[in-house]
Amino acid sequence: MNNTLAGWLQVIALVGALALSYRPLGDYLAHILTSPRHWRVERLVYRAGGVDGDADQPWPAYLRSVLAFFLVSLLFLYGFLRLQNHLLLSLGMKAVKPDLAFNTAASFVTNTNWQNYSGESTMGHLVQMAGLAVQNFVSAAVGIGVVAALIRGFTRKKTDRVGNFWVDLTRVVLRVLLPVSFVFALVLVAGGVIENFHGIQSITTIAGEHQSLTGGPVASQEAIKELGTNGGGFYNANSSHPFENPNPFTNWLEIYLLLVIGFALPRTFGKMVGDNRQGYAIVAVMALIWASSVAIVTANELHSVSSSAGHLAGGMMEGKEQRFGIWASALFAVSTTLTSCGAVNSFHDSYTPGGGGMTIFNMMLGEIAPGGTGSGLYGILILAVVAVFVAGLMVGRTPEYLGKKLRGQEMKYASLYILTTPAIVLVGAGLAMALPGERAAMLNHGPHGFSEVLYAFTSAANNNGSAFAGLSANTVWYNTALGLAMILGRFLPMVFVLALAGSLASQQPVPVTAGTLPTHRPQFVGLLTGVILIVVGLTYFPALALGPLAEGLH
Amino acid sequence: MPTTTTEEPPEAPVAKDPLAPNPHRVSGGMLDPKQLVTSFPDALRKLDPRVMIRNPVMFVVEVGAVLTTLSAIKSPSVFAWVITVWLWLTTVFANLSEAVAEGRGKAQAETLRRTKTDTVARRLADGWRPGAEGLVEEEIPATQLRLGDCVVVEAGQIIPGDGDVVEGVASVDESAITGESAPVIRESGGDRSAVTGGTKVLSDRIVVKITSKPGETFIDRMIALVEGAARQKTPNEIALNILLASLTIVFLVAVVTLQPFAIFAGAEQTIVILVALVVALIPTTIGALLSAIGIAGMDRLVQRNVLAMSGRAVEAAGDVNTLLLDKTGTITLGNRQASEFLPVRGVDIEQLADAAQLSSLADETPEGRSIVVLAKERYALRGRSEGELAHAEFVPFTAQTRMSGVDLNGEERRALRKGAATAVMRWVRDHGGHPTDEVGPIVDGISGSGGTPLVVGEVSWQNGTAEARILGVIHLKDVVKHGMRERFDELRRMGIKTVMITGDNPLTARAIAEEAGVDDFLAEATPEDKMALIKREQAGGKLVAMTGDGTNDAPALAQADVGVAMNTGTSAAKEAGNMVDLDSNPTKLIEIVEIGKQLLITRGALTTFSIANDVAKYFAIIPAMFASVYPGLQHLNIMGLHSPTSAISSAIIFNALIIVALIPLALRGVRYRPSSASSLLSRNIWIYGLGGLILPFIGIKVIDLLIQFIPGLR
Repeated sequence: MNNTLAGWLQVIALVGALALSYRPLGDYLAHILTSPRHWRVERLVYRAGGVDGDADQPWPAYLRSVLAFFLVSLLFLYGFLRLQNHLLLSLGMKAVKPDLAFNTAASFVTNTNWQNYSGESTMGHLVQMAGLAVQNFVSAAVGIGVVAALIRGFTRKKTDRVGNFWVDLTRVVLRVLLPVSFVFALVLVAGGVIENFHGIQSITTIAGEHQSLTGGPVASQEAIKELGTNGGGFYNANSSHPFENPNPFTNWLEIYLLLVIGFALPRTFGKMVGDNRQGYAIVAVMALIWASSVAIVTANELHSVSSSAGHLAGGMMEGKEQRFGIWASALFAVSTTLTSCGAVNSFHDSYTPGGGGMTIFNMMLGEIAPGGTGSGLYGILILAVVAVFVAGLMVGRTPEYLGKKLRGQEMKYASLYILTTPAIVLVGAGLAMALPGERAAMLNHGPHGFSEVLYAFTSAANNNGSAFAGLSANTVWYNTALGLAMILGRFLPMVFVLALAGSLASQQPVPVTAGTLPTHRPQFVGLLTGVILIVVGLTYFPALALGPLAEGLH
Repeated sequence: MPTTTTEEPPEAPVAKDPLAPNPHRVSGGMLDPKQLVTSFPDALRKLDPRVMIRNPVMFVVEVGAVLTTLSAIKSPSVFAWVITVWLWLTTVFANLSEAVAEGRGKAQAETLRRTKTDTVARRLADGWRPGAEGLVEEEIPATQLRLGDCVVVEAGQIIPGDGDVVEGVASVDESAITGESAPVIRESGGDRSAVTGGTKVLSDRIVVKITSKPGETFIDRMIALVEGAARQKTPNEIALNILLASLTIVFLVAVVTLQPFAIFAGAEQTIVILVALVVALIPTTIGALLSAIGIAGMDRLVQRNVLAMSGRAVEAAGDVNTLLLDKTGTITLGNRQASEFLPVRGVDIEQLADAAQLSSLADETPEGRSIVVLAKERYALRGRSEGELAHAEFVPFTAQTRMSGVDLNGEERRALRKGAATAVMRWVRDHGGHPTDEVGPIVDGISGSGGTPLVVGEVSWQNGTAEARILGVIHLKDVVKHGMRERFDELRRMGIKTVMITGDNPLTARAIAEEAGVDDFLAEATPEDKMALIKREQAGGKLVAMTGDGTNDAPALAQADVGVAMNTGTSAAKEAGNMVDLDSNPTKLIEIVEIGKQLLITRGALTTFSIANDVAKYFAIIPAMFASVYPGLQHLNIMGLHSPTSAISSAIIFNALIIVALIPLALRGVRYRPSSASSLLSRNIWIYGLGGLILPFIGIKVIDLLIQFIPGLR
């Protein structure tokens, strides 16, 4: 079987698997986000936390819960990292430096999982499992909770209640993330991913060299790393490490896992608003962007190679694992940057300018195709609100989406949302480029060096967590700046999403008539895609021109 | 004391064909180039930053213009001055669009002010009581009138303030407000009692009770409205402004942060170029035209003789889901008309027509006249005047007999009656006749079809014996206005439901509703029913529009989202509604909805156009900025622009000129044809989205071809 055929089969199998899980997973999520019944174990959790599981919260209370949970998690994880030398299973690792501990805590709490450290040489097992892996579960659940609140804003009428954060959090973790991760951790183990409590083992290689290999509970972390679009690897090399991702099958499975919730959530949305066609329209936009991006990156990596070595290798093989090849690497790179996952199985820094530029652009889109767990859907729904607003005016009515009017209040929150992330990215990158000391952290010069910085801030502010590599970002300045970018990029948008949810929920819905702009037709799919590309394209075009475009155009 | 008039009694205003041109108003929406010149000083005055800041997008442009001016003074170059001049022109053009839109209102306000001359009011010093005589009058300036004062106005005098006629009847010339020269009748009591300050009494004497405070009269409000002084931003405008402001901030951030990137790349940019990039990217086209669009929307209503009390009402009109339309005057012509003669067996149709005509000669009601007309048109029976028939004694219609007719006492003696079926049949029986069985079904058939049956009976005396019989039945029916069905179909396509309001019984109402093609009807409607219907619709989240004129309509008008009061109506109704139709034409409600939609569409279309424009500007400016350090970026110069300076200048000049070019569109509104949301959207995306994408590529290239010969821009 040649590479092309294998590549096509992987893509087709992936699309097929995602299509198969769309309905059952989406419906199941909708069920757990709307069901009034609690499991017994959930009641125990609520009682322990002093939460009334039957009481819905107004949006400010929901937001306060999100923020309180974030702060506690941040402090806990920070403490964990600072004190790890005093804990069990530390493998003799030292305490993590304050700036790196802040950066790492912020990174895992915000579902970013940017790693300015090498897992195998920095973190002990307990920190990996009880600190980082726990955040992998809960930070993913927070995103789903927030999008559930937004959807409730559309479905509920004349109320200030948008759901209960603690219930959403508990249910998503207990009923979805834990069981699914468990099953797929086993599958990964069967596929060859390691799962043990070995410490560092020294081995002698065939060539007679000594090598230290760190074992650990990898598979269990690997499953949630992908499923929760976290992306923080057990090893520095992340999913290109053979213990994390040994073969094409586990690679394919990891891509499936990091996409599956994001692509199923539109179904949840359609189900909850009582019109599955709305979900199909949103998933169509996501799929369109994802497929185009896969095509562009794959084509670039296969054909835009200038070196003769590249031609011999059949494409841009630098930075890619031989066992995955170009197709599986490009597929992984696109999927990880279009979600907020950020796990990598190849090094985006070494991609062709077109392919690497596309991975930046993917994140700049706001990670909405399909995006992180929950955050992808609320991101695209906000853009849908903007699209509906402009299009709604063009049909001569006060714009309305799913029966809710988009007035000044709603547009204020939506506008603030689309403003926030670009501002963080550009201001962060601008500062980094303006400070001479930070410019020195770049390993490359010219447009490629600039791309590395742009990539770092894009990745942090969008909570992606993948790194372009080539930037020595483990400095006090970068740890702090990127940590702040992650926190602001995660929680400011959530403030606006929840405020929007509250504003929508308080409205009386407007009946649908022939004068209402339909939001389930191909017309709307095209419109939304166009709005996403134009709004994002216009915002980042100058920066992209000086990075990937300057590099790519000769 | 009322005096009688010798003049012809003037007609009450009748509903005019909305499509007929109104000679008293300027035609709607066209831009006279002269206006651009006359509004220029106003446009310059608006450069005051305190005024500009209300429009965030254009304020950024003005600040940019100041920066480039300073920069151009410090280090002068042809390029810097070209950009500076065109940035100032951009702000001036934006102000110009607003000034032109306002200017048109100002002209109208002038006309209105002239009517507000120093009127003297003849106030009744001790107030007014019904039937009181010999009350003491005092003369005071109209401006000193207070709420509740009563004033006397006689022929030739100007009514000093808004109020209701409490005594007398008069013909009033309201042309100052409506532009309609035919006088109207105003009388105490009923729904035609409201008079407006500034209008002129032509005949008779009336006593008016003032219902408005000084300075808040109808004319005052009208002046404020057309001048735009009272203009507040409407909800959709606010929402759009928020979006535009946030786009402006995004682009500001994008350009400000570009400088460190550029320095790193070794291509530090001048202030002039950075400002030019910001101005090119922020949505100046829609930002410049936004307020003009709003003013022009109100103005388009004024052109159609509708006064909206707020822009909010105009926008709400675009959102309306349900239209409540009064049957009479809106859906049907004012009155029922005879449509058919249905003779009973043994009677010729001509015989029936003749009898019907004779019995209707003295019937001055519109129904009666329509019978005469039908007989004449269909059966060539000449209308006979009352005096022409010898020995004829006409019996007028009374509410008691519910019949009218004629007694002919000539050679042959006979009596004819026409009227309500029961009344005429009793009359026939009283004269010894026996109505045949077939009359009943004919009568029921007409009632069932929504018509009104009038039965014609005859008693003839021959040889002393009376013979009474029924001749047949006249079918009176409501005549649905021409083209209404098509209009309702259009409304349905726009997603608007129409509800016919009528006092008729449900059977009749259903028949007319079906014929006219309305979606629903409310029969035997009382004001309470109307109110309940509005509330029910609103509870479902729908917006309701209605027209009304009577005082009993006032609560419903106030409740409706768009309440259009007829100018002929009471002041209570006018107070309650949020629009007043000076022509008192209820059909205009449909046009009002269209104008509301057109207003929103114009905003949306120009926003799309404005944002789509940015793509081409990037392709002009980015290569111009950075091709010197990264030659590869020259590939982005797909327009093949002459030089970096000419490219940036062309983008800025295009940006400024497009504003002027679109002023007429902003004032006129984009073309609106009622259709479904999907097809409207497709059409507008193709024109304004794709057009906005392509047009600037052509425009910038053309400008570049022209300005590349300017020596400093090579």
